[in-house]
Amino acid sequence: MELLYAMTTGVLTACGLYLTLRGRTFPVVVGLTLLSYAVNLFLFSMGGLTTDGPAIVSEGSNYADPLPQALVLTAIVIGFAMTAFVVILAMRARSEVGNDHVDGNKEDRE
Amino acid sequence: MMQHLIVFPIVIPLVAGILLLYQRQGLVRYKRAVSVTASVLLLLATIGLLRQAASGDITYYALGDWQAPFGIVLVLDRLSALMLLLTAVLAVGAVVFACAGDDEKGSNFHGLFQWQLLGINGAFLTGDLFNLFVFFEVLLLASYALLLHGGGKARIQASVHYVVLNLAGSSLFLIAVGILYGATGTLNMADMANRVAALPAEREGLVTAGALMLLVVFGLKAAILPLYFWLPKAYASAPAPVAALFAIMTKVGVYAILRVYSLIFGDSAGGLEALEQPWVWWLSLGTLAAAGVGVMAARDLRLLVAYLVLVSVGTLLAGIGLRSPQAVSALLYYLIHTTLVTGGLFLLAEMIGLQRGKAGTRLVKGRPMVQGAGLAVLFFVGAIAVAGIPPFSGALGKALMMNAAEGTQRLWLWPLLLLTSLASLIALSRAGSTLFWRSHRGNVSGTPLSRRQWFGVLWLLSAAPLLVVFAGPVSSYTQATAEQLTHPQVLIRTLLPDAGDAQ
Repeated sequence: MELLYAMTTGVLTACGLYLTLRGRTFPVVVGLTLLSYAVNLFLFSMGGLTTDGPAIVSEGSNYADPLPQALVLTAIVIGFAMTAFVVILAMRARSEVGNDHVDGNKEDRE
Repeated sequence: MMQHLIVFPIVIPLVAGILLLYQRQGLVRYKRAVSVTASVLLLLATIGLLRQAASGDITYYALGDWQAPFGIVLVLDRLSALMLLLTAVLAVGAVVFACAGDDEKGSNFHGLFQWQLLGINGAFLTGDLFNLFVFFEVLLLASYALLLHGGGKARIQASVHYVVLNLAGSSLFLIAVGILYGATGTLNMADMANRVAALPAEREGLVTAGALMLLVVFGLKAAILPLYFWLPKAYASAPAPVAALFAIMTKVGVYAILRVYSLIFGDSAGGLEALEQPWVWWLSLGTLAAAGVGVMAARDLRLLVAYLVLVSVGTLLAGIGLRSPQAVSALLYYLIHTTLVTGGLFLLAEMIGLQRGKAGTRLVKGRPMVQGAGLAVLFFVGAIAVAGIPPFSGALGKALMMNAAEGTQRLWLWPLLLLTSLASLIALSRAGSTLFWRSHRGNVSGTPLSRRQWFGVLWLLSAAPLLVVFAGPVSSYTQATAEQLTHPQVLIRTLLPDAGDAQ
């Protein structure tokens, strides 16, 4: 499971980074979203991965760290709000500037 | 009452922001009254906190009475009290200035302004790494909206860069926090300092990676060399009161670097001690050089001031790079000066732009100003202070900083600092003579400026002479602060009395 988990996070991060570095706002927004998914997964794993463990400290030694779960919820909420904001911002930029390039110039598009 | 004072800088802006939601469209007077009252209350509360912290005691506020390291704590020491007071002083000036009419150019200016203060104050107070992230997000979200206040092509363009960069920065922050939590098992900064001190050797690499990633995030906020390109455009296009408040935003980054690396990676951290020092030192020198070039190249007064903010960032980070108590004391003195004076200059630039009509703040021939004399005097004071010429506070701050450098550090810092000061001086005198002397002949026309705007600028720029008059008490406070920062053990023992006994 660890290998699969790590590969998923890695692929998401790589795709997110690639898209974030593109020249148009839409790929950038998608890239940021992918990046935030990767970060959420990463945060989730930061206390170590546990299978079938309750998220509370009980008598048994096998329990999942509850803190990353709380943190990942916070990160999801914030990430979601930010994505909504950046989508609106990108649309405003498209309508005010007249094109969807991140630098706003009509020439030297990709 | 007194033990709850620590949470006031967070509660006051929060409540004010909520109150302001009730009247988002109408009742301008109500909104202004609430916002100004909240800012003044914040100022009073932070003065109380400063007096409390000046005794040298470190106090903390455990939210919900959950004790550290399990609960979230707000920690008040000399450094955070100083930063809170500085924010409040800046906020009063900016909010009064905004009441002259800038606040009605878009919706809910005052509410967003208060929430930005909430984020900034929270970042200065928190003792928890994840909580620092949350407060960073609060202040960033408010700043995104404030940057767009009033709309316009330039602002939206600058916002796209600013928002995208900061979202990427937030992701990096979370990754760094995740790594540090994975390696040390805690998020409380004091507890993390203990764990790092007793770190198994095989985890050192992981912690180093996390710590340096944090440096990238804080560097992005502070606008250090390869990460500053968003700053000039964003600050130059922001509405004036917002730009003035943003003068403290880069200092949030500087504060975070100072706090995290002095507490967690202090002298108890063994092999990881001062791991940020070479990076901060060399990059800060690069920032200084780049900012000097930018100051010379700026063709607009707002852009010029934005590059002056960058000069101050370079100087402050060089102070961190020196890593000695004298340097920290000098940088704190310089930080007070530069925040207030650059904030005042942003406001002044707006006033000059308003009086010049179409020419605005561009450094070209324009029409003569109605209140040119008053503005010129203020510009002169601000320019002298920010360039670092006696008799104002910039000269003292820079002299303290240069005095703190030792050995080969002097070889690098002195020429760079002096050359950027020279560049600022040349650029400012060129700007001043174009703005005030090279104007078209013709009748003076235009409307006089509002009293509120004069108050805002005077409030902030009066820091320049006042910091010189009260240089003694201020510098003894900053010295005591630097002293406190070099002994993180006191803070750790206050927060975690049990862990201290166990060691």
